[in-house]
Amino acid sequence: MDNKLRAEFPLLQNKINGKPLVYLDNAATTQKPRSVITALENFYIHDNANIHRGIYKLAERATLAYEKTRKDIAKFINAKKEQEIIFVRGTTEAINLVAASYGHKNFSVDDEIIISTMEHHSNIVPWQLIGEKTGAKLQVIKINEAGELDLAHYETLLNKHTKMVAITHVSNTLGTINPIKKIITMAHAHNVPVLIDGAQAAAHLPIDVQDLDCDFYTFSAHKSYGPTGVGILYGKEKLLDAMPPYQGGGHMIKRVTFAKTEYADLPQKFEAGTQNIADVIGFSSAIDFINSIGINTIIQHETELLKYATATLTKRNGLKIIGTAREKTGIISFVLDTAHSHDIATILDTEGIAVRAGHHCTMPLMDFYGVPGTTRVSFGLYNTKEEIDALALALEKVQKIFTRG
Amino acid sequence: MDELRDLYQQMIIDHSQHPHNFCTIEHPSNSKEGYNPLCGDKLTLYINEKNGLITDASFQGSGCAISTASASLMTDAIKNKTVQEVLELFDEFQKLITTGKTEHAEKLGKLTVLAGVSEFPMRVKCATLAWHTLKAALAKDPHAISTE
Repeated sequence: MDNKLRAEFPLLQNKINGKPLVYLDNAATTQKPRSVITALENFYIHDNANIHRGIYKLAERATLAYEKTRKDIAKFINAKKEQEIIFVRGTTEAINLVAASYGHKNFSVDDEIIISTMEHHSNIVPWQLIGEKTGAKLQVIKINEAGELDLAHYETLLNKHTKMVAITHVSNTLGTINPIKKIITMAHAHNVPVLIDGAQAAAHLPIDVQDLDCDFYTFSAHKSYGPTGVGILYGKEKLLDAMPPYQGGGHMIKRVTFAKTEYADLPQKFEAGTQNIADVIGFSSAIDFINSIGINTIIQHETELLKYATATLTKRNGLKIIGTAREKTGIISFVLDTAHSHDIATILDTEGIAVRAGHHCTMPLMDFYGVPGTTRVSFGLYNTKEEIDALALALEKVQKIFTRG
Repeated sequence: MDELRDLYQQMIIDHSQHPHNFCTIEHPSNSKEGYNPLCGDKLTLYINEKNGLITDASFQGSGCAISTASASLMTDAIKNKTVQEVLELFDEFQKLITTGKTEHAEKLGKLTVLAGVSEFPMRVKCATLAWHTLKAALAKDPHAISTE
C-alpha cells in the first residue's frame, strides 16, 4: 500500500496530543475515504429526496442511487438476486431481525440455537431474547486455547432440536477466521439454516454467499470504510419470503385497511419507514473503494501487518497474545503482566495511538481466557509497519511506568 | 507528558499493585458489587457500619490501576468516619476528579493524588466506581451498581 492511498483518508492526517494519529481500532470502525464523505455531501447538496414515493426528478435520482447500492452489494457478496439484500442499521439490527422474525415463526420449547464461545454480544443477546419468548435454548460450541472452534463438539450439538446456527465469520476479539463453509455444510446435513455474522469480514475477506450456501449473512458499512448507521442482511429469497415483517409502517405494504394489511414483496417488506438514504448511498462508494483496491491486495497487505505485528509483540517480555489461530485477519488481542488494558490504552493515547481496551463485547470469551479484558489492535488497509513500530515503542513506555519505583 | 505523570503518580501505582484493605470482611453490615460494564472492571465492597459510624471497610475485585488505587485509598479514607462525613467526602472527591481542583485538600488527604484523572474524562468512571458502590452499599440498594 502506498502513501497515496493513505492520503485518501482525511482523518488520518490529524494529530492527537501533538503526535501523528496511529489508528489501530479498525475492528471498532474504520476511517472513511474522501469518496465516501463526498458522496454523502453530494447527496445532501444535489439529490436529497425521499425514495420510492415522489413523482419528481429529485426523488427519482435518490431512488436510483439508493437501489444502485443494493445492486452493488448483491454483486459484492455474489447474491443471486438484489431483492435478497435488506438494508438495516447494522449487523446488530440484522441479527435481531432474523431472531425476531424467523425465530418467532420457527422456534418453540426444546428447540436449540447453536452459537459459539467467541460470539460478539450482538450474536448472543438477540437469540436469548427470542429464546425467552419461545422457549428455545442456546448451545455453545467450545473453542481451543488458540481460539479455534471445536468442530467435533459442534457435530455433537447438531440434532433434531437444532433450529439455527449463528456463527461469526471472523472473531472481533481474536481475529480467528472460522471455517464457515464447513460449518454451513454440517448444519445443512441436519436441515438447519445458518446465519453468518460478517461484521469483521466484509472489508478483509472475499465473500461469496452462493458458494458458501449460507442462509443469512450480515455486515455493517462502517467497519468497511462506509458510513455509520447502515448495514445489510442477506437472506435466501425463499427464507425471507416466508418470514413475517420485523417492523410495520410505511413503505413495507401493498395495501392497508383497518381489517388487514397486505405486505410488500422483498426487499421492501423488511424496510419499514424512511430509510437511511444518504448513508446507503455512501455505502456504495465504500464498496467501490474496496473494489478499486481489490480484496486480494488488501488481504496481502493486512496479512503482512499481522505477521510483522505478531513477531514484534511476541518479542516483548510480559506480553501474551490472546488468540493464536492458524487462520487470522489483522486483529491482535494481548495482555501485559504489568498493566491493565485501560491503563495501556490511556498511555498509548498520549502517544497518538488509538487502540481498544476491555472485553470487546465478548464477555463469555473473556471468561474462557480468564482475563478481565484485553488490549486489541486491529488493522485496516491504510496501516503501516512504521505504526507497529510506534506501538512497540509506546508499549515500552507503558512497561516503564508500571515497573518503576 | 505531564498529564500522564500526574495520572500515574507513584502512590497510585503502589496502591494499584499493593492495594490496602484488599480482603473480605466476614460478617459485614453492608456489602455491594460494583461494576463498570463498559470495561469489565468489577469490585465487591464490604463495610461495617455501627450507629452511623464506619468501623471497617475492604474490597475485592479486578480493575485498572486507577479503579484499584481509588478503591484502596477510599477504604483507607472512610474508616472511622460517619456516614454523613463519607457522603460529603464523595461530593468533594467528585469535584476534585472532574475539575482537578479542591478547596478542601486537608479533608481529602491522600485522595488528592487522584486529581490527575480530571485530565482524562474517559477515566473518571474508573476512579468513581468504588465510591458509587459505597454509596449504594450505605443505602442498602438491592441492585448491583453500575457506572453506566
